[in-house]
Amino acid sequence: MGQQIVNGLFLGSIYALFALGYTLVFGVLDILNLAHQAVFMICAYAALVLVVHLHMPMFVAFPAAVLLGGILGMGVDRIAFRPLRGRSDSNIAGLISSIALATILEAVVSQIFGPDVERFPLGSVPTRTLHIGDAVVSELQIVIIAIAAAMLLGLTWLLRRTRLGRRIRAVAESPKAARVLGVDVDWIISASFFVSSALGAAAGILFGLAFNNVAPDMGRSVELKGLAVIVLGGMGSMPGAALAGLALGLLEVFTVAFIGSSYRDAVAFGVLFLVLVLRPRGLLGSAALREA
Amino acid sequence: MSLESLQDIWLTYQSTVAFIGLNGLLALSVYTTLSCGQLSLAQAGFMAIGAYASTILTFHTGLPFAVNLAVATLLPALVAIPLGLPVLRLKGVFLAIATIGFGEVVRLFFVNLDFTNGALGLTAVPQRTSMWMIYAALGAALFVLWRIRGSRTGHALEAIREDEPAARTMGIDAARYKLAMLALGASFAGLAGALEAHYTYMVSPSTYSFSRVVDMLVYAVVGGTGVFYGPVVGATFLTALPEVLREVSSRIGLAPGPVRLFVNGLVLLLVILFLPEGISSLPRRVRGALQARRRARAS
Repeated sequence: MGQQIVNGLFLGSIYALFALGYTLVFGVLDILNLAHQAVFMICAYAALVLVVHLHMPMFVAFPAAVLLGGILGMGVDRIAFRPLRGRSDSNIAGLISSIALATILEAVVSQIFGPDVERFPLGSVPTRTLHIGDAVVSELQIVIIAIAAAMLLGLTWLLRRTRLGRRIRAVAESPKAARVLGVDVDWIISASFFVSSALGAAAGILFGLAFNNVAPDMGRSVELKGLAVIVLGGMGSMPGAALAGLALGLLEVFTVAFIGSSYRDAVAFGVLFLVLVLRPRGLLGSAALREA
Repeated sequence: MSLESLQDIWLTYQSTVAFIGLNGLLALSVYTTLSCGQLSLAQAGFMAIGAYASTILTFHTGLPFAVNLAVATLLPALVAIPLGLPVLRLKGVFLAIATIGFGEVVRLFFVNLDFTNGALGLTAVPQRTSMWMIYAALGAALFVLWRIRGSRTGHALEAIREDEPAARTMGIDAARYKLAMLALGASFAGLAGALEAHYTYMVSPSTYSFSRVVDMLVYAVVGGTGVFYGPVVGATFLTALPEVLREVSSRIGLAPGPVRLFVNGLVLLLVILFLPEGISSLPRRVRGALQARRRARAS
């Protein structure tokens, strides 16, 4: 039981990180960025290359790959979203252009690395295990949960306490009003993409480490789960996404333990579907957002 | 050219021609719901329902193929109605997400269904689909959509797409039209699924994943969703393209899979950025540009 809870929190904290990035951009732009999963995947590869080929230690490679993710996110905004801004159907058009960009990025990665799974070398991550109660916890799991929690707190601080965070919230509230008040809206959107993609990148690296599995299509299933998480948490709600990420992680682990591993994914989508039908605003979402 | 070499060409490209028809039908199924402004991504789920229903009938009953196809066409529509009642109240991105959820649930249902061999699916499905059936189905779908355009229903759909509250104010029962279009699109997808299963000898859940819906959406958007034949243009272009690319990529020594993905993504990106009405609007645009230039020269 204790073991299941630890495993669930561990998986859930990765989902939460991924979904936070997703929901941040949705909150600001009312647009789903389906290229988020490509950034997630590419940064897992970036960390792998830094560790394996450039022999960097993990604690250097991780921030470097996260930074790359942020920059990549700004590129995604420039290519797939900015040209469409102001078009009447920019919601669906943005969805499609981000799918297109994700396809391109995935193709480039599979061309370079091939379709096979890559692994981090032995010893690049801590492998010792600890016993807490009746649960066996690896150091890696603790590190991952700690990094996720730290990034979550950092994001909350950024949004609540800094000038940038205030502006991001202003643009999310109303781009027009923010522009009138002298906020450079395009720049703020760019910055939101940076933060969002950095979170996605961190999730990707941690996911790659956690399952020691980096592949060109690793982002796909996480992408759909991320959708479930942000809908469950309430679109655009940060605490909602974090909470729902943990909830989904726990739910999946318990499904595997008590029902069977083949139903694991069905649970996520069953929940997603029910939430949309019964309570479309999600756990912590505001009703006004639903009109988007 | 001799008769034999023509025959060789036909044998080489036969399956491409078949897939142009099937993909055209699938693109039309996405277009049908899109024609009243609703983005439904449940299409692969409907396709799976049609494919599995018809295959199970083929294996376990002696019914004629026409009956199987009819079931594969009607069953998804029957599923679409109870699905649509709650789901179609959602708008835009939320509808897209809910329908993604539905599609995945259908796929995972078949993954867990032992009766149809779970994740492996059923193989050695007898080939009962012939080329004319695929194109008859595509023709029928195009005919239905052509008849709708310009009719009372067509105008209602256009009104809903442009401004739903305004359409409702005019007395248009938007909910009913949206539901009808979802059901019609579902039956196109189901029919295509049944035809494909009996053409490729197999059904398996992995065929009906999220990326399959993305493919359908890409065909529709690249072809253009402003006119009813646009999606078929897009499907034709993007299904024939890999055949050309296979030649090219083998010459420059790149793996064909990633090249195909890359070009698909690139084409989609360029179309959505620079040609929002799709490649089927290209002739009109070129004509417009030429006329403008002629006028400028005359003045």
